[in-house]
Amino acid sequence: MSLDISFIGILIGSIMASSVPLILAASGELITERSGVLNLGVEGMMIIGAISGFALMVITDNLFIAIIVSMLSGVIISLIFGFLTQSLLTNHVATGLALTIFGIGLSAMLGRDFVGIPGKDFPILFSSLRESIPFFGPILFGHSIVLYFAFALPFLTNYFLKKTKLGLVVRAVGDSPASASNQGINVIMVRYCCILYGGGMCGLAGAYLSLIYTPQWIENMTAGRGWIALALVVFATWSPIKVLIGAIIFGGISILQLHMQAVGFRIPVQFLIALPYLMTIIVLVVISRDSRKIKLNTPTSLGRIFYKEK
Amino acid sequence: MYKNFLRYLISAIFLITFSISAKADFKVGFVYIGPTGDHGWTYQHDEGRKAVEAAGIKTTYVESVKYGADAERVIRQLAQSGHDLIFTTSFGYMDATNKVAKDFPNVKFEHATGYKREHSNVSTYSARFYQGRTILGHIAGKLTKTNTIGYIASFPIPEVIRGINAMTLAAQKVNPNIKTKIVWVFSWYDPGKEAEAAQALIDQGADIIMQHTDSTAPVQTAEKAGIWSFGQASDMQRFAPKSILTSIIDDWAPYYVERAIAARDGTWSQQDTWHGLKEGMVAMSPYNKGMGADLVKEAKQLQKDLASGKIHSFTGPIYDQKGNILVAEGKVADDGMLLGMNVYVKGVEGDIPK
Repeated sequence: MSLDISFIGILIGSIMASSVPLILAASGELITERSGVLNLGVEGMMIIGAISGFALMVITDNLFIAIIVSMLSGVIISLIFGFLTQSLLTNHVATGLALTIFGIGLSAMLGRDFVGIPGKDFPILFSSLRESIPFFGPILFGHSIVLYFAFALPFLTNYFLKKTKLGLVVRAVGDSPASASNQGINVIMVRYCCILYGGGMCGLAGAYLSLIYTPQWIENMTAGRGWIALALVVFATWSPIKVLIGAIIFGGISILQLHMQAVGFRIPVQFLIALPYLMTIIVLVVISRDSRKIKLNTPTSLGRIFYKEK
Repeated sequence: MYKNFLRYLISAIFLITFSISAKADFKVGFVYIGPTGDHGWTYQHDEGRKAVEAAGIKTTYVESVKYGADAERVIRQLAQSGHDLIFTTSFGYMDATNKVAKDFPNVKFEHATGYKREHSNVSTYSARFYQGRTILGHIAGKLTKTNTIGYIASFPIPEVIRGINAMTLAAQKVNPNIKTKIVWVFSWYDPGKEAEAAQALIDQGADIIMQHTDSTAPVQTAEKAGIWSFGQASDMQRFAPKSILTSIIDDWAPYYVERAIAARDGTWSQQDTWHGLKEGMVAMSPYNKGMGADLVKEAKQLQKDLASGKIHSFTGPIYDQKGNILVAEGKVADDGMLLGMNVYVKGVEGDIPK
C-alpha cells in the first residue's frame, strides 16, 4: 500500500463518503429510540427514500426536489408505523419488521420503470480547493452538501438531547412515559414526531445512495445498510457521538479491506469482509464499557407500548 | 353429498377442458432470477424471450424468482399450466429444474449455466464469456499506462476465475509487465460495494477497471475518475459514455428461438450447449473510438479469430502462480479443464478465496 500523504487524504475522503448513509439513518433512529420507540423499519424507510428520490430526479430533473421528496416519503412511510404502534398499539418489533419487508417490496414495484436510467451528477462544494490543498483538500472539500450535513448531525443531535428543553421532553418520554404524561406531556404526540423525524432521516440516507453515492436505481440497493445503522445505535449505547465514531469505523474498515485485497494481503478474503462488523462491535463495546453511562443513555421504556388510561 | 359430487364433477370437467385448451397452444415459459429491467443478466434473457415471441411462439415469464422452494413452485406451476418448454435462467435453479422435470416427462426443460441433466427432458446451455474477456485483455494490455488492471470479482467459482485468467493471459501477450489486481465483493449486485471496490482499485493505481458483477456502479466510478472501463452482460455504454471501451454482451436470442422451434416441431433432444463468439451467444458492443483506430481494428480481428477458432483463449504455455505448467506449449485447454478452473495463472496477484 503506498503511503504518501495525499493518498491517505483521498482514502479518508472516500471513507467519509461511505459512512454518510449510516450516520444519517442511525442519527434518525437514535431520536426515535430515545423517545422509547423501537422502529426496525430503517431498511424499509431507506429504500423508499432511495427510490422516491431517484424517481423524482428522473421526472422533474431537479435534485433539490428529489432530496426533499425522499425525506417526505420517509416521513410518510414512518407515519404508517407511527399510526400502527402509537394509535393502534401494535407490537413495535413486528410492525417494524413488516415495514422493512413492505418497503423493499413497494420500492421494487415503484422502481420498475426506473431501472437502467443513469443518474445525474450531484453538485459538489469547493471542488477547486479539493485539488489545490494536498492532504486536507480531499478530506474537507469536494463533497456534497448532504455529507456536511451528515457530519454535523450527530453533534446537533447531541446538543438537542442534552441542552434543549425539547430534548429533555424526548428523553423523559423514552424513560418514563407514565410520569411524562402526568406532567402534562402528550407522550403519543412526542413519539409520533420522533418517529416521523427518524423516517425523514432514513429517507435522506436512502436518497444519498441513489442520488449521490451510486447515482442509479437498483432493486434492494440499500443492501442491509439499514440493519447496520440499527445495530450501530445499540452498540453506541444511544450516544450520538459514538454513533458517528461507529459509522466511521465501519465505513473505514469496509474501504480498507478492499484496499488490502487490491494490494494482495495474504489474509482470507472472507475474514476481511467480516472485519468491519467485528471491529465496529469491538470498538463500540470497549468505548461504552461504563455501565453507569449506559444506563444514563438507555431509554428505559424502549419498545414498550404506552397508552394513556382514560 | 350429492351436491358436493356435482361440484366436483363440474370442476373436473372444467379442469379437463381447460387443460385441453391449454395444450392446444405451444407455449414457452421463462424463469428469471432478477427483474427484467436489471440491464444485465435477466434483461438479456428477456430479450431472448422477446425474440421467441417475435418468431410467433407464445411465451410467459416469471421474474425475481428466488432459489429453493420458490423456484420449484414456479417451475412446477409453469409445467402444470401447459407450457411445453421451460427455460430456467440461473445457476441456482439446477436442482429444482431436475426435480420438476422428473414429474413432467412431456415437458422440455432448459437450464442455463448448470451441469445436471438427470432426465432426458433436461438440456443445459451456457455461453463462452471468457472469449470476450480475451478481447478485453488485449485492449487493456495495450491501453494501460500504469500496467495495472483492476478487476471486480463476485464469487470464486470457475466461471469467474476463467474470466480473470483469460483476460490476464491476453493482456500479458501484448504487455508482459501487466498486473491484475482483484477485489472480491462476494455479491452479484451491490452497487455501493462495487463502487467502493472500483475506487479502491483506482486508488491503488489501476487505470482500467473491469467487472464480473452486474451493476453499472463500477463503470460510473471509472467515468468519474476519468479512466477506461468495460461493461458486463449488456451494453452499459450510456452509463459511462467516455469511459466504456466495449461491453461483453450475452445474446441468448438465436439459441432460444432455435430451441423453441425444435420443441414445437418435435425435433428437440437433450443436449449440452456451450456457445461463444462463433455462434453469436457472446457478442461485443461497439468499440469506443477513443482507443484509437488501430486498436479497434486489432480487437475486431481478434474477435474474428476467436470466433473462427484460429485463436483459443487458453493456448499454452500457461503457468499457474507458482510457475507450474498448466497447459503445455502448442496445446489448448480442453473444456473439462475450463469448466473446473480453480487456479490463477501467473501474473494475477493474491489468492483465490477458499
